[in-house]
Amino acid sequence: MCDTCGCDGTDGIRVARVGGHAGRHAHHDDHDHGHSHGDEDARPGRTILVEQDILAKNRDQADANRTFFHHQGVLALNLLSSPGSGKTTLLEHTIRRLKGELALAVIEGDQQTLRDAERISATGVDVVQVNTGAGCHLDAAMIHRALHQMELPQGGVLFIENVGNLVCPAMFDLGEAHKVVIISVTEGEDKPLKYPYMFREADICVITKTDLLPHLDFDLTACRRFALEVNPRLTLFEVSAKSGAGLDPWCDWVRQAGRGHEQR
Amino acid sequence: MHEMSLAMHIVDLAASRAREEGAGRVSAIELEVGAMAGVMVEALEFCFEAAARNTVVEGAVLVSRLVEGLGTCLDCAASHPMRGVHETCPSCGGSLIHAEGGLELRLRSITIDE
Repeated sequence: MCDTCGCDGTDGIRVARVGGHAGRHAHHDDHDHGHSHGDEDARPGRTILVEQDILAKNRDQADANRTFFHHQGVLALNLLSSPGSGKTTLLEHTIRRLKGELALAVIEGDQQTLRDAERISATGVDVVQVNTGAGCHLDAAMIHRALHQMELPQGGVLFIENVGNLVCPAMFDLGEAHKVVIISVTEGEDKPLKYPYMFREADICVITKTDLLPHLDFDLTACRRFALEVNPRLTLFEVSAKSGAGLDPWCDWVRQAGRGHEQR
Repeated sequence: MHEMSLAMHIVDLAASRAREEGAGRVSAIELEVGAMAGVMVEALEFCFEAAARNTVVEGAVLVSRLVEGLGTCLDCAASHPMRGVHETCPSCGGSLIHAEGGLELRLRSITIDE
C-alpha cells in the first residue's frame, strides 16, 4: 500500500480535479508495488487457515472514509444507477437548488473522460473526476485518493456519482451514509426485480425523468411496488429535473439528512 | 466485471498471508462463495489467472466451495433454500426473507510450498 495516500496501486486509475482554483491536473497511479518473497522457515505443502472476508480491505478503507466524513460533519451520498438514468442532470439541478445554503462537493466516477466533472464544475462546486479505466465501479481506496485532491464540504454534502452500472457497484462500500439508487422511467419498471442486489443495498430510490411518463408505457405504480418488494426499507422519490416536479421533496431530504449529519 | 477487482483482492490477501509465513509460493487457494454472493465463479477464475501473474500466487489452484443459500421468513419463520436475494417464502408467500447463508465471500485457506 502506498504510504502517501493509502492507495492500493491499482493500475490505470486516474484521479483529476476539474475546475476550481487548483486548475486541472491528473494523477496517474502506476506505482510498482513489488512483493518481497522471503523463503525462510516455509514448509512444503502447508495449508494455513485464513478465514478472511475477501472485501475486508475495501471495508476497512470504507470505514476509515466513514470515520473521516463523520469527523468533518460531511454527509456522503453514493449515487448508483444504469448509464443514462440522469444522475448527472439530477445532481446539477440539486446543486443549483442547495448550493446557497449547504457546502457541497462531488466525486464523479466514469471509465473515461472529464465530461461529467466539467458539467458539475460549471455549477461552481468543487469536483474531482475518478476515471476507472477498465474498472466497472468505484471502490473505497479510489474515494480516499479523490479526497486528497479536494476541499471537503465541512458540515455539508459530498455526492459520489458512481460508474453507471446496476450490478458491480452494489458490492463496494465507499464509506457513504446512504446509497441512492436512481432509475429513469425510460427503463423498464421491473428493474428492481432484475437487479435486486442494488435495490437491496440502497436505502433511497429516486425515479427520474417523470416528465416523459405520458409518452411511455412505464408503470410507475408497479415500479414502486417492485422496489418495495425487494427492499421494504426504501424511501422513494419521483422527480423530473427538466420540469422541476418532485425536486423539492428530494432536496428537502438531502437538506435534512445533511443537517442531521452535521449535528451528530 | 467486478470479478477482476475481487480477484485482485484475493491475490493481495493470499500474497500478504504467504509473506507473513515466509513462503515463496502459494500452490492453492480455497474460497467460500455463497450462492447469492453476486459472483460468477467462472469469471472469477478467469480473472484470477491474470491477477496472479508475477506474484507469489501465480499458478495457484483456485478452489471455490459453494455455500448454499438459506433464508428464514420473517413472517412465518419457515427456513428454506434460497437461490437469489429476492425470493418469496414458499410456505406463506411473504417477501421479508432474512438470508442466513449464501452471501459469503471468504478466503478460507492458502496452501504454501517451499
